Amino acid sequence: MDTFAALSQGVMVALQPINLLFAFVGVMLGTAVGVLPGIGPALTVALLLPITFKLDPAGSLIMFAGIYYGGMYGGSTASILLNTPGESASIVTALEGNKMARAGRGGPALATAAIGSFVAGTIATIGLALIAPTIVDIAISFGPEDYFALMVLAFTTVSAAFGSSVTRGLTSLFVGLSLGLIGIDLQSGQARLSFGVPDLLDGVEVTTLAVALFAIGETLSVVAAGARADEIIEPVKGSVFMNREDWKRSWKPWLRGTFLGFPIGAMPAGGAEIPTFLSYALEKRLCRKPGEFGNGAIEGVAGPEAANNAAAAGVLVPLLTLGLPTSATAAIMLAGFQQYGMNPGPLLFATNPDLVWGLIASLFIANGMLLVLNLPLVGLWVRLLAIPRPWLYGGILVFATLGTLGANPSLVELGMLLIFGLLGYVLRRYDYPIAPVVVGLILGPLAEQQLRRALAISVGDPLVLFQSPVALTLFALSALALFGPLLFYVFTGRKAPVGADED
Amino acid sequence: MSDSTPASTTGPDKGRFVIAFALAILSLVVGWDAWRLSGINTYSAVGPEAFPAVISAGLALLALANAVEAVREGAQDRPRDEIGPMAWVLGGLIGQIVLLAFGAGFAIATGWLFAATAKGFGRGPLWGHFLAGALMCFVIYAVFAKGLQLALPAGPLERLI
Repeated sequence: MDTFAALSQGVMVALQPINLLFAFVGVMLGTAVGVLPGIGPALTVALLLPITFKLDPAGSLIMFAGIYYGGMYGGSTASILLNTPGESASIVTALEGNKMARAGRGGPALATAAIGSFVAGTIATIGLALIAPTIVDIAISFGPEDYFALMVLAFTTVSAAFGSSVTRGLTSLFVGLSLGLIGIDLQSGQARLSFGVPDLLDGVEVTTLAVALFAIGETLSVVAAGARADEIIEPVKGSVFMNREDWKRSWKPWLRGTFLGFPIGAMPAGGAEIPTFLSYALEKRLCRKPGEFGNGAIEGVAGPEAANNAAAAGVLVPLLTLGLPTSATAAIMLAGFQQYGMNPGPLLFATNPDLVWGLIASLFIANGMLLVLNLPLVGLWVRLLAIPRPWLYGGILVFATLGTLGANPSLVELGMLLIFGLLGYVLRRYDYPIAPVVVGLILGPLAEQQLRRALAISVGDPLVLFQSPVALTLFALSALALFGPLLFYVFTGRKAPVGADED
Repeated sequence: MSDSTPASTTGPDKGRFVIAFALAILSLVVGWDAWRLSGINTYSAVGPEAFPAVISAGLALLALANAVEAVREGAQDRPRDEIGPMAWVLGGLIGQIVLLAFGAGFAIATGWLFAATAKGFGRGPLWGHFLAGALMCFVIYAVFAKGLQLALPAGPLERLI
């Protein structure tokens, strides 16, 4: 189908009044939850997933798109006004944005972040619509061994990109892979690692794990830190509108950020933080007033924030076309698809074109709604930031357990929430990244399925994995991702710069 | 995220040693399960034990790698964690499960969770927060169970509506 015909069909779906309502609700909820300090998009989506259980697939995925983009907007508001980035991709925004807020320029900082996110989100979503059909065409010809190689690549890049060392990233990944083994093996009907507990036969729910790791783990870390972590909210003084000079200094960083963010996000390399760091470095170099950097330069907010949003849209490319989540948020989105028995991938474009294109179209609409709603409502979001921490975290735990009970009203599920919450606390305490655990849990069983399919076709000959050129290329890239930092160290004698965790 | 800089204190990083040990145990459990599965006859080219065996091997290697890094990087100075507040939060979560197991219902059990968490973050009184939390959760129950048809556990309070 022609892309534009398909997309306009999608726009028709997204413009139905009920779907517009879902998008609106998603945007508002996403922003409201995302703005809460310490809550990033991954947790926002995981917490709100249960609310969509009883809706129809199209409506709930459209609401999801709104939550996804809304959570990102909310996160940047929190990092500018509170200097507590809810996720690592907003660290850079917090750097300059919070300085601007302290200098009384919080309004323009929020405005350039919001408009930059809109510009980047729109361009990147166009990119997604243009590039997706091509990738689908290529992916249709992939064999199971190619898919397996693709997943190995996702595993290695996710573990190498997050966390402070490759060992730590791989450790997190393998913990996730082990959790993915739990339950009935679909091909042989055998129960694995269930130890006779009937609740374990269905496996570990991705949302339970994500909510536990992000919400419970985070709460435990913060409460354990006690008085160590105190936060100051910067009030928004003066106008929220940007003056002429702000516009002049912002539009180029927006575009540069977009063109850094989208391709990197779209590669199966995981993470939106790398383009934000690149964009920050680039703007610092290009800025006419480099002295302002570190003291609240508007370019340092505009560029990284655009890069962040463009990468977030880019992450949807491998997710929708290949079924490959490369961030914790994308992994939870994949779980959202799976709750309706749908698997994103090339086939979904053929079987449910209305749904996929409706989702893509609703990304545009969510983006537009956010631009219109966000700046006028900034006072409301600031009030959310001021919720005292005892009530905030009390509320987070209430909603975390509510979501878990809503998905599966069983006490074993709550027990798992507690145990995984402790796991999340230990991982944080010892600097292990969280995202690879979630990605491992959801991608592990898919990788195993492809591996066994490939080996079944070759009647057990493992060489089949290395015979397709696509698979070989992907394996080579995986090796590069894994050993790249080591080679960098050997050649330059310095540690390779590694990204931080997404949470 | 702290960088893995060499620490001034001597000796290995005990915390990461424990993690390495836990990984080794996990590797054994997964490996044992794979061994158990390999004894069962299945009619596929690759049985259910192949992938667990690979993961078990990977976990064993990672246990080793973590132990080596624990020794090489040495003991790290981590800020001391406060046990008291953590105990309140954990007590809230465990208490919620126990209360639900005894059929107290969503509002009472989750109200306790809210109160205990607030207490952990230094905000009392416990009773006031419990009442406010239970009321809030009762409203949530009404919205979610009646409006969105989520099957939340009902207790004496919830049966009133």
